[in-house]
Amino acid sequence: MPHLCTDILIVGAGGAGMYAAIAAARNGASVLLLDKGQVGRGGATIMAQMTVAVALGEQEPDTVELHFKDTLNAGRGLCNEELSLLLCEDGPRRIREMADWGTRWAQEDGHVKQEMAPGHSVKRCCYVDFLNTGPAVAATLRRKVSEIAAIRRLSNLAVIEILVGDGQVMGAIALDLVSGRFLSIQAKAVILAAGGLTKLFARNSASANMGGEAYALALWAGAELIDMEFVQFFPIGHLAPRLVGMDPIMWDPFRYKLGGKLLNGNFEEFIDRYGSSDFGKYNATRDIAAYAILKEVEAGRGTPHGGAYLDFRHIAEAQLRAAFGPVIDRLLTNGIDLTKTPVEVGPMAHYHMGGVRADKNMRTRIAGLHAAGEAVGGANGANRLSGNAITEAFVFGARAGSSAADYARGAVLQWDERIVGEKIEKFDSVRQTRLTDSPTPIAVQTELQDLMWKKAGPFRTGAKLAAALARIEQMQRELRQLCVGGEKRFNLDLHDWFELRAMLTTAEAVVKSALARTESRGAHQREDFPAPDDRLLMNQVVALSNDAMATTWTEPVRLKEQPAG
Amino acid sequence: MTEASIKTAMLHVWRGAPGETGRYDDFVVPYEEGMSVLDALCWIRVHLDSSLAIRYSCINANACKTCMALVNGAVEYTCIAKLSPEDTTVEPLPKRPLIRDLVTDIVPEEEKFPG
Repeated sequence: MPHLCTDILIVGAGGAGMYAAIAAARNGASVLLLDKGQVGRGGATIMAQMTVAVALGEQEPDTVELHFKDTLNAGRGLCNEELSLLLCEDGPRRIREMADWGTRWAQEDGHVKQEMAPGHSVKRCCYVDFLNTGPAVAATLRRKVSEIAAIRRLSNLAVIEILVGDGQVMGAIALDLVSGRFLSIQAKAVILAAGGLTKLFARNSASANMGGEAYALALWAGAELIDMEFVQFFPIGHLAPRLVGMDPIMWDPFRYKLGGKLLNGNFEEFIDRYGSSDFGKYNATRDIAAYAILKEVEAGRGTPHGGAYLDFRHIAEAQLRAAFGPVIDRLLTNGIDLTKTPVEVGPMAHYHMGGVRADKNMRTRIAGLHAAGEAVGGANGANRLSGNAITEAFVFGARAGSSAADYARGAVLQWDERIVGEKIEKFDSVRQTRLTDSPTPIAVQTELQDLMWKKAGPFRTGAKLAAALARIEQMQRELRQLCVGGEKRFNLDLHDWFELRAMLTTAEAVVKSALARTESRGAHQREDFPAPDDRLLMNQVVALSNDAMATTWTEPVRLKEQPAG
Repeated sequence: MTEASIKTAMLHVWRGAPGETGRYDDFVVPYEEGMSVLDALCWIRVHLDSSLAIRYSCINANACKTCMALVNGAVEYTCIAKLSPEDTTVEPLPKRPLIRDLVTDIVPEEEKFPG
């Protein structure tokens, strides 16, 4: 079996993984940066057409403390304040560093242009025109990573298991998609930077590789997860007409910039009916907007595709063109003329607030195992502010990279052939399953996505969640009976099987956490418990014990001293 | 809606591995106005033949730039190539080394794991 050796293995080469690689190499470590797709082209970062929230104070006066306060307000009392503060404190440094490396943040009058976004008290969100933030920052990081000799990057390698011996990380097993072979990787430290879990839901804005693998890998390795019930459903994802070549969540900045109206199926404004003052301002926070749209649909006032209309018809064509730039032509290519027709939008899974439980140095409870980016839980509590995700990718990536390098400096490589051999034998047996009348892994993934959307989506009840859990557990038992074809090269059945294995573990963590939280708070909405319950102003921790998954409650991490301001 | 009123489209998809002559498989998929060639390929994998090898990451944002193939003889990103309600032929990129079916080797040399 092929074998590789490195100081630090990074799982996932999106924004957080690439930043971590740079920081680890800067701190003296050798780095192996893997992606199951292509390095720097997968994950969520490259899809971010939106903005990055940082207290630069260039557009108008702003402070780290104010950004921190806004983040905590959005988080509904559940933020890990140490992580939130780190995000806000280091954000400006990372954004300026990205500028030094070549990212051209949009400028105005000689300074970085910053826009308003809902939940922020000042104009704080910077971006790269037009809708190009994600691809631009990904390109910057790809170039930077490629210039550093200590970073070896490999594409088409899916990490399927983290190896732990004596409570300490010793490496990982990966599937080489091209050859169909497994390989072992020996590493002093591992950084999980494989992003979120939005692919678990039928309606999502995810890329193909957001199946929650980081969370499952962490759990299996013995680490803990936190806040797994808090999936952010982006309120105005694109539903219809079919729009290709654009991120489905592209409408947000235009809605704020231009004042796009949200209308129900009867063409009435409705957000005001749900305790938010959207009228004339169009800045209801994400959780309230998602709730309001789905309540209208439930009341029979939805649009044909089960959402709301987003209407720009009241805005002059010249103003539309100025704001949308070349995007207006891409929309026309898709048959969408905003001066004539509204589009249909609705909630879709977009981001995960929960994730791997880590401290402010991105360390888990397993020595040598770190996390970075969206894979980390806690910084955003029960609801994330618009613009905090890319900031988090950069800040937590940088922190994880330097912290893992510090750890690796004092660690020695370990290996245990027996553990590795047992695992490989188990994984090899998957390939031998050729029960042609069984469902395929991709078909079961599709069923799981429907199940999660209908039973564990934006509106939850105890009964729906219990039904979801029962089916997930059944799917886990049936996993070994699925039909996996025998091709060697680029065998997607095999890839889908391992991904499904991780998706089921992560789905179980989401559903169990959602069942136990008998209240509604932020992104977690229980129809059978519609109000917040302040006795549950606590975080839930998920862990495996003898292969059984259980949740426990813990007090949120608070700062000992609040920052001034 | 009756069975007959569902619109469909036909795809001829090249299948094969290096060293093989290869073949074209025909697939009929439900057709919806505005759908992409990638939408159709993904539908085929879920409903008809999961062994079809395709490559994509961002699904439809045209951000990852990894889903290229020949669509009716022209190099296209399959995520933004609109599916024709008539017949569509999809083949791997001709100038890249073939991995299998529609997947070709497009990653930079230094990112390849020696296979």
